[in-house]
Amino acid sequence: MSDAAGATTETAASFVAKAFSSRSFVVGFAITSLIALMAIVSFFWVPYDVTVLPVADRMKPPSATHLLGTDHFGRDILSMIMVGSRNSIAVALVAVGIGMGLGVPLGCWAAARGGWVDEVLMRFNDLVFAFPALLSAIMITAIFGPGAINAIIAIGIFNVPVFARVARAGALALWPREFILAARAAGKGPALITLEHILPNIATALLVQGTIQFALGVLAEAGLSYVGLGAQPPMPSWGRMLFDAQTRMMVAPYLAIFPGMAIVATVLGLNLLGDGLSDVLDPKLRRQR
Amino acid sequence: MTAYLLKRLLIGAATMVVASLVVFSVLEILPGDPAQLMLGMNATPDALEALREQMGLNQPLLFRYLDWVGGLLTLDLGRSYTYSVPVLDLVTERLVVSLPLAIIALVLSTAIAIPVGIFAAARRGRAGDAVSMGAAQLGVAIPNFWFALLLIYVFAVWLRLVPAGGFPGWGAGAWPALKALVLPAVALALPQAAILARVTRSALIEVLGEDYIRTARAKGMPRRRVLWRHALRNAMIPVLTILGLQFAFLLAGTIIIENVFYLPGLGRLVFQAITQRDLIVVESVVMLLVAAVIVVNFLVDLSYALVDPRLRIRA
Repeated sequence: MSDAAGATTETAASFVAKAFSSRSFVVGFAITSLIALMAIVSFFWVPYDVTVLPVADRMKPPSATHLLGTDHFGRDILSMIMVGSRNSIAVALVAVGIGMGLGVPLGCWAAARGGWVDEVLMRFNDLVFAFPALLSAIMITAIFGPGAINAIIAIGIFNVPVFARVARAGALALWPREFILAARAAGKGPALITLEHILPNIATALLVQGTIQFALGVLAEAGLSYVGLGAQPPMPSWGRMLFDAQTRMMVAPYLAIFPGMAIVATVLGLNLLGDGLSDVLDPKLRRQR
Repeated sequence: MTAYLLKRLLIGAATMVVASLVVFSVLEILPGDPAQLMLGMNATPDALEALREQMGLNQPLLFRYLDWVGGLLTLDLGRSYTYSVPVLDLVTERLVVSLPLAIIALVLSTAIAIPVGIFAAARRGRAGDAVSMGAAQLGVAIPNFWFALLLIYVFAVWLRLVPAGGFPGWGAGAWPALKALVLPAVALALPQAAILARVTRSALIEVLGEDYIRTARAKGMPRRRVLWRHALRNAMIPVLTILGLQFAFLLAGTIIIENVFYLPGLGRLVFQAITQRDLIVVESVVMLLVAAVIVVNFLVDLSYALVDPRLRIRA
């Protein structure tokens, strides 16, 4: 027991050392932590309350009192961005959760079972890929009306085949390996083998894909709320802020600059983190980058 | 070769059938009464009944599905509830905006991405590689509608070179119409180009590590020639795959971008149809877009066979 614990600490330590030698990882980790921190802080403190509308202060350019200016209702842009980050993170995170929660078991099942299960799953993948996330979001909105929950469902559905594909590919490569054969010889069933041997070995690939899908989710959520299918006002969201900024761009270009920069920073941070993680965790991938 | 294509064709057709079932059931069965949805909660029972009859909702489900699919196949898409014109007319009228937009964007992104990807791969690890891949990393992170807003600000508001939005129609001549499509196409193309450049680079680097590349170099073939003759062709398969997938994203992207630029394309049509609860239009346009994605993916499968002779013999 103590041996195992010792080994874990050692690998953890070497992981951290390796991770911080990867420039992508360091930069990505720094940006992502900053955004996460901003979201957490927003629960306890924001410069100005975004639920009150001090219309007298409307459309103020950036200044010492309002660092990033105010919008057409007089709301502080910095506060809006801080509160909006919660929405972006929550939607993208839950959508990744849905994709992993459904996709990974499906992919593992297809790899373990093979045959018709595999074939059906691959065809299901083709089907979902024929519906871009935005298109399914539009269909869902046409029925249930717009909202953050429906954005999550739409993005989540699109994530399912992505994770199914990664899990299946990873598992398929593992099944013919000797240690799996040994486990089978020891009498373990496919479910137990998947749980004990397959999953730990594909976890890194799933983690890397997870950060990429997280970034795509943030982008998709921003797009959906920009066209009015995502989070509904008064809940602040980055996409919605850009929509509001568009008609006022002639007089107040700063309205469009900062929320967009928040989106770019988040997506860039997550993508760099994903790149860095795959560099560190999977040296085989490193050659290709 | 024929067996391979036949299999892909069959899969494409099957996907189309299942997709049509999904679209039909999602839009017609789940929400309860489409007539109620269209007319809203305050509709009179008489009006509801009349609309149900007009939409054929009083007929059995299977019959309605077959009727709808039959309509799709014969291009009889029914009549839009709000515009009261045939849906087909609406769609073709909007397609002359969306299709050129998507094609220009695709051409533009390919024209940018492939040279950049080749350049970066040829200069792997050097400054040129780092700069172009850094730019690509940034390009992937920029939402296309935000980029569109920045383009509008710089080129329409500030420099006044092109209109900020709207579409004059092709009737007014090709030049004003193209001018209206330039910014939307660039906005659509940039993030796609960034992804494609990254894929091109990594595919090419992978191929450049193969034995036959070393052989070609060893027999004295110049670097440049090895790159263009041997490596590029073999690196095309992943590039084509991504290109096919991107078409789906491009279509989805046009929906947003058309809203940014107020272009009267398919995306705007879908949007207006949703807000007006014009389900017949939503159904048809969604199905059309899905069909386009499936057809493009089939064409990608076809092009694999063209690029890779092994596929022609094997199957």
